Amino acid sequence: MSVVATGTDATPLGPVRSGRHGDTVFKSIAVGAGLLVFVLLGAIAVFLVVKALPAFHADKSSFWTTKIWDPDASARFGIAALVFGTLLTSLLALLMAVPVALGVSLYITQYAPRRLATFLGYATDMLAAVPSVVYGLWGVFFLLPHMVGLQVFMARYFGWIPLFADKNGQVSTFSKSIFGAAVVLAIMILPIVAAISREIFRQVDPTQREAALALGATRWEMIRTAVLPPSWPGVTSAVMLGLGRALGETIAVALVIGNTFSIDWHVLIPGGNTIAANIANRFGEAGSTGRAALIASGLVLFAITLAVNLVARYVIFRSGREEKSVV
Amino acid sequence: MTSLTTAMPGLRAGSLPRWGIGAAAIGAVLLSLLLFAVTPMQGTADFLVFAAAVIVVAITVSSWAVEGRRRAKDRLATSLAIVFLILTMLPLGVIGFYVFKKGLKLLSVTFLTHSAAGVGPLSSGGGIYHAIIGTLEQVLLASLISIPLGLLVAIYITEYAGGPLATAVRFLIDVMTGIPSIVAGLFVLAFWVLALHQGFSGFAGALALAILELPIIVRSAEEMIKLVPASLREASYALGVRRWKTIVRIVLPTAATGITTGIMLAVARVVGETAPVLLVVGNNDFIHTNPFSGPQSSLPLYVFQGAGSSSQFDVNRAWAAALTLIVFVIVLYIAARLLTRRNALKQR
Repeated sequence: MSVVATGTDATPLGPVRSGRHGDTVFKSIAVGAGLLVFVLLGAIAVFLVVKALPAFHADKSSFWTTKIWDPDASARFGIAALVFGTLLTSLLALLMAVPVALGVSLYITQYAPRRLATFLGYATDMLAAVPSVVYGLWGVFFLLPHMVGLQVFMARYFGWIPLFADKNGQVSTFSKSIFGAAVVLAIMILPIVAAISREIFRQVDPTQREAALALGATRWEMIRTAVLPPSWPGVTSAVMLGLGRALGETIAVALVIGNTFSIDWHVLIPGGNTIAANIANRFGEAGSTGRAALIASGLVLFAITLAVNLVARYVIFRSGREEKSVV
Repeated sequence: MTSLTTAMPGLRAGSLPRWGIGAAAIGAVLLSLLLFAVTPMQGTADFLVFAAAVIVVAITVSSWAVEGRRRAKDRLATSLAIVFLILTMLPLGVIGFYVFKKGLKLLSVTFLTHSAAGVGPLSSGGGIYHAIIGTLEQVLLASLISIPLGLLVAIYITEYAGGPLATAVRFLIDVMTGIPSIVAGLFVLAFWVLALHQGFSGFAGALALAILELPIIVRSAEEMIKLVPASLREASYALGVRRWKTIVRIVLPTAATGITTGIMLAVARVVGETAPVLLVVGNNDFIHTNPFSGPQSSLPLYVFQGAGSSSQFDVNRAWAAALTLIVFVIVLYIAARLLTRRNALKQR
């Protein structure tokens, strides 16, 4: 361009001169949009803290260890039981969803013929597209009633594991339990973990796979030696992202969990609660302290999910690979 | 692997014929049938689970006997992968079937075109017109905010990147993807409703939805822009076209199909979000078309309230609303996929 526009008084030559300011303006707008992302995340943190502070002041009991939630009447509330329930439901959900999700994504990438793989990919993505409130509705009216048999079975034959023990024979009844919530969560995070790990497995260098097969490896040996080792960082981050989603899932859990305040390891008996579900269930009746208390609990949830997500992104960053934006 | 012959399965060692797998599976099913006939075990679901487990075991064991350990492990892995696949597809089928079955009972033109004004939990009738209006307005407003902003951020990341700032923005967008929807709702509650005293409104819901929609749009647009060949940009620069004009006239139109797909998927994601809407739009049984003041309703909110109700009428209405919501999502989703096929930029 400098060839044409040599002097300041050069004759205006259409495209060269026009839009010089446009470049500066456009760049500033784009940079401004980028900065806005900073501002937005900062604002989220700041406003949550500011509006949660009154709750910390008003709390007459210890916020971190109390197992009741009564902010408006007696100003006693704490998130101990909520954090416990949040972590337990999410971890149980992970235990159920991750093996299945990995199996599915291995099947799609390593076993299925191309056309079938495309279709199955769409189908699992579709599972991720189902709104969480629909999962909740289905969970309450279909899944929970159909799970009573399974819960009784587990309590009877696996009751020797303390987690599945039946306390006071409560398992035989239709119940909203931690286990029920974990199953719904597992179904919800399965497609997310599957979608990310599918992309991870797909990125494996095909020559490695072919080399393993050429050396006489069976398909499983090929997966174990050529596909899985380079994929572990990606799979770890997929699991962490699934965990982050499970921790923050609100509506479906709010509908299928017992909404009680206790720390109880018996996952099959009625009860349980999570931070997010508690916000959804208590918001309608909350007064001003109640709202502040719910915001305070939301701040804790934000911190937990932020930590989980940072770890996940760090693992991806460390491994130097990029996963496609599937979530 | 003591000798050469056992080290090479498929060359010398025996291999299970195709009918062998079938025979093992049929044998397993027969065994399960027998066990269910003579023992106290019963129930269709129990039978299916039990039979599946026995089939996997039967295939593995027979393969071990005929083909050896390595092939048996391979067969086990294959059959487990198929079992997991079925486990994944099962919920999709069951949810789809159940929502359609329950929802179709009540879904009608009357249901779609009437509000729930004056319809109590103990009466039938009523509709979701007010909720559809609310959802459409909220999602539209959220998209009006997040699409331009998201495109600009994507342009910043791809076209003006290089500095640590761009890396940081990209990282924060990734972090934003992980923000729970309820936290986005709480933020808008703290900021818009409580701090700025704006009250509950459809627009507050749109703000929360925009926060959730933004990172999805940025990530998909970013990928599409990256797929635009450098030669197109260079050709444009060579003709003396300014950078911003190149982006607006060359890069964006080339990536337009892919960007549109991403936007549709993002909209499909937020249209079903309940948690943020629950906290900031209030609730309203009446048709309220002004999203900027006064409480509104929305489809997911309507479903949530029906699902938590003890009245059968409310629950039935919730199913019909859920079906409407799902159809909405599926249409968006399929449209986005069909659009992908016409995308000129080839993805990996």
